[in-house]
Amino acid sequence: MALSRRQFVVGTSAFALASPALMGRAQGGGKITFASILDLSGGLDIYGTPMAEATKLAIDDINAAGGLLGREVELKLYDAQSSIQLYTQYATQAAAGDRAATVHGGITSASREAIRPTLARFKTLYFYNTQYEGGVCDFNNFNTGSTPAQTVAKVVPYAMNKFGKKVYIVAADYNYGQIIAQWMQKFVAENGGETLGVEFFPLDVTNFGPTITKIQQAKPDMVLSGLVGGAHISFYRQYAAAGMSKDIPICSTTFGIGNEHKLISAEEGNGLLAAYSYFEKVDNPVNKAFLERMDAKLGANRPAMNELSVRSYEGAMLWAEAVKKAGSIDYDPVWNALRSGLSYEGPSGKLTIDPQTNHVIQNVVLAELQNQEFNILETYADQPPADTAMVCDLVANPTLSTFYFENGLAAAGIK
Amino acid sequence: MDLVVAIGLQLLYGIANLALISLGLAIIFGMMRVINLAHGEFLMLGGYTVVVSTNAGVNIWVAMLILAPLVVGIIGVVVERLLIRWLYGRMVDTLLATWGLSLLLIGVITSIFGASTASTISPPLGVVRIGQYAISGYELFLIAVTALLLGAVWLTLRFTQLGLLARGTMQNAQMASALGVSTNRIYMITFGLGAAVTGLAGGLLAPITGVLPTIGATYIAKAFITVISGGASILAGTAAGSVLLGGINGIFTFLSGPTFGEVALLLTAIVLLRLMPRGITGRFFRKSL
Amino acid sequence: MNQDIARQMRPAFAWALIGVVFMFAAPHVLALFTIINLTTAIALAVLALSLALIWGHGGILCFGQVAFFGLGAYVYTLAGINFGGSTWAVLTAVALTSLFAAALGYFIFYGRVSDVYLGVITLTVTLILFSLIRRTSGPEYKIGKALLGGFNGVSSPPLNLPWDTRSFLFPEQVFYVAMAALILCYLFAAWLMNTRFGRVCAAIRENEVRAELLGYDARAYKLGIFTIGAGIAAVGGVLFANGVGRVTPDVFSLFNAALTIIWVIVGGRGTLIGPIGATFALFYLTSALGGQSVLNNNLVLGVILIVFVLLVPRGVAPTIADWVRARRGGAAPDRVRRRRRTPEDKA
Repeated sequence: MALSRRQFVVGTSAFALASPALMGRAQGGGKITFASILDLSGGLDIYGTPMAEATKLAIDDINAAGGLLGREVELKLYDAQSSIQLYTQYATQAAAGDRAATVHGGITSASREAIRPTLARFKTLYFYNTQYEGGVCDFNNFNTGSTPAQTVAKVVPYAMNKFGKKVYIVAADYNYGQIIAQWMQKFVAENGGETLGVEFFPLDVTNFGPTITKIQQAKPDMVLSGLVGGAHISFYRQYAAAGMSKDIPICSTTFGIGNEHKLISAEEGNGLLAAYSYFEKVDNPVNKAFLERMDAKLGANRPAMNELSVRSYEGAMLWAEAVKKAGSIDYDPVWNALRSGLSYEGPSGKLTIDPQTNHVIQNVVLAELQNQEFNILETYADQPPADTAMVCDLVANPTLSTFYFENGLAAAGIK
Repeated sequence: MDLVVAIGLQLLYGIANLALISLGLAIIFGMMRVINLAHGEFLMLGGYTVVVSTNAGVNIWVAMLILAPLVVGIIGVVVERLLIRWLYGRMVDTLLATWGLSLLLIGVITSIFGASTASTISPPLGVVRIGQYAISGYELFLIAVTALLLGAVWLTLRFTQLGLLARGTMQNAQMASALGVSTNRIYMITFGLGAAVTGLAGGLLAPITGVLPTIGATYIAKAFITVISGGASILAGTAAGSVLLGGINGIFTFLSGPTFGEVALLLTAIVLLRLMPRGITGRFFRKSL
Repeated sequence: MNQDIARQMRPAFAWALIGVVFMFAAPHVLALFTIINLTTAIALAVLALSLALIWGHGGILCFGQVAFFGLGAYVYTLAGINFGGSTWAVLTAVALTSLFAAALGYFIFYGRVSDVYLGVITLTVTLILFSLIRRTSGPEYKIGKALLGGFNGVSSPPLNLPWDTRSFLFPEQVFYVAMAALILCYLFAAWLMNTRFGRVCAAIRENEVRAELLGYDARAYKLGIFTIGAGIAAVGGVLFANGVGRVTPDVFSLFNAALTIIWVIVGGRGTLIGPIGATFALFYLTSALGGQSVLNNNLVLGVILIVFVLLVPRGVAPTIADWVRARRGGAAPDRVRRRRRTPEDKA
């Protein structure tokens, strides 16, 4: 028989339940452990560091409000050092060693896929607070970040309306980039546009000259970017240096979450369009207070807040709301509370957990970059995770633990 | 026709880019047989020097052409005095030491500036138009600077007292030492110069690449492979390695995308070393510098 | 095994005995999560051992030992998914990786490529694997039933008892298998070093020209030890796939390639136990550093490595061995002291 890790996990989670050594997370009146695993060094730290700061603030806020169920919450923060192997290690340590009530974290999909089975095995609630390509359908895994049906689906028609129908796609050459490029092509086609070219870049490419020449040759109306990481910042700079940013605008659903808009100069970034579920200029009292507390905590060196960092804060808060509602930190009551249509009003606005997908119904904001600041153009309230909902139904089948888009959209039956 | 010119210039820039990031490593490896795994971080330090000083109001040209090589050169001399000089003749131990140094530099810069630093510089010099195509004037400038830099190193090695002593030390350190040359000093100066050239390269690339503490990792493998493929001569090796590998990378990037461009570069290096086990200058241009 | 080899291997047996004691005592002393995570450390130790054999003993500076480690992990995973059991998957992984290494080694050694140039070729092979596997996320990249999965990698099937595909092992049980594999690989490597083959390899390391003049074909011997080392690395890869539960192109990264070299340098070239110990120590250090947030991890690790290379230049194991001998008042170490070299010696 073909044995998959999934079947193995189902087998072993029963084992975990039966094993007395693993019980007892709920007993006693000591501190509640909240574990977070993020990349705080190595190439991914541009994403991980602000996420960690926001998580720390969330735990401070929870404790300042008297903790949970009268107990103090303690943050165990692990630095996975941009290594997949360390993710698995720390997930095991957090779940089986620290007996954490919940584990948050993971930045790349690879890191999430590495720790998802471990945390399911040890029945430890897992929150992945990063925007990603969609498609995870896992009873134990709550995905709070925005997905392509929420962001790409908004930015593509808006931009095509504004700039024209012909599109050139550049994306990072790994799963996320390849899948996001498929989503982009899908939404471009659905809106009557045409994709002139798609180009993928290894994560360590710093010379984008040949591609810029190809774009000049293809003469698209705009460029859609799914580039990721520090080296790819070079694309935006070289694109501007070749005088392109004034002629052919760029839209992206990855630019900004590593605070790239602060790393390139104002004139290089001006006019770029992006869509996320949060920008610093989101106008509501919760956000204002959040940014003030962040300023007070970190002072002048505060990194710009983006969806990744704010969602790390909100993910922690969503879990805390569920604990309050359940009146317990035991797995089943909290799990039920999370899936009871739980809502939380955070800096990005209202967030509601969708029990069908364990994803989050959230606001989506479209913004334009000017002078290293994103100015909000449009707000779309309460956007559902429609992409994942096409393939995933955890209400009908609450033991699923699958990543449907792992091998692209065609493999998941999406045209 | 315009397309041919545009592609030609891009190819040339790809080659110059490779030569620029490799030259400092080649000087240090060619002269001292030290494989500097902190080379990428020296490039990063050059970039940070430019970003930090221009954010503080220094003119960008001063920052790139004077401050970056100066700062990184001084760091190079300090590193040589404190660390490298204890390890001469132990090539493998220099691997460990410079790997440690690489981590240390990333750690120090991250601790001071955080995981990223806001930048306000953009490439100067505007745009050069070729029909429907446009190439950044700054990239053309970089091609010229790379050529000048190679020329300057050649002149130094060929015509100056220092160059003579350096070449002598490189060929036979014991003999040079016996003739009264302070090889110790030559090594210190060479390492400092190699670091300064690397700092200059990092500074020059700062306006058109990302400047982050971890950015060095994206350069080191390519620079290392170029230098070794080039072989023992500093200049001819770097130039030949860059032309061959950069050219092939560029052509394949145009034909089939950047990933296969990278793979073609790597495959070429393998085949090349199989055919010429001591690098290009181990077979051709043997007498060159 | 003749008397002479048995005598030479006495220290190796002592270490193996310590390993066996640890293997049976650890699960009673250490926490469950430590035991599970130790499998990964053991896998890396097998990798370090393989490089200690071909570089420390055979003098071949292979900068891409992780290529064989990663291939072992990938072949095991893909074969395991296709075969539906781990037994043949393990054998296939070791066999295919050795075959790959033999082909690569033939290309290298019979082309007379050596020292740093060889290092670059092996590193380049690793980076090619890294670039190519990273882009295989689509459904078209499929080997039998197994999808390659690109950057996200493939989840690895767990080991099962030989030829019994239903009795798969829990991660905490894999620890025993891993530890046993490490001990056996270690004894095998120690034995190999003391055979005639191993001695000729040492002779070639010390002076290739002299060994060839004595009639030994250096190329064939190098190819032999290189292939055996790759096979051992593949065993490490199989264990790694089990420890992490997943194999990703990450294993082929430049960082991991360099890290392997670091373990061997820190542990001491020329010994086998040193690199194994160094791997465990650095594994513990990196894990512990990731759990603290006072100091930047890179900074701490960097300082440790630099201080280390200045204070313990020959690696831990040889330094301790010398110290013990000096305490006993014994003769100077019997291993050949390399003469101090100057930079112009082609390393």
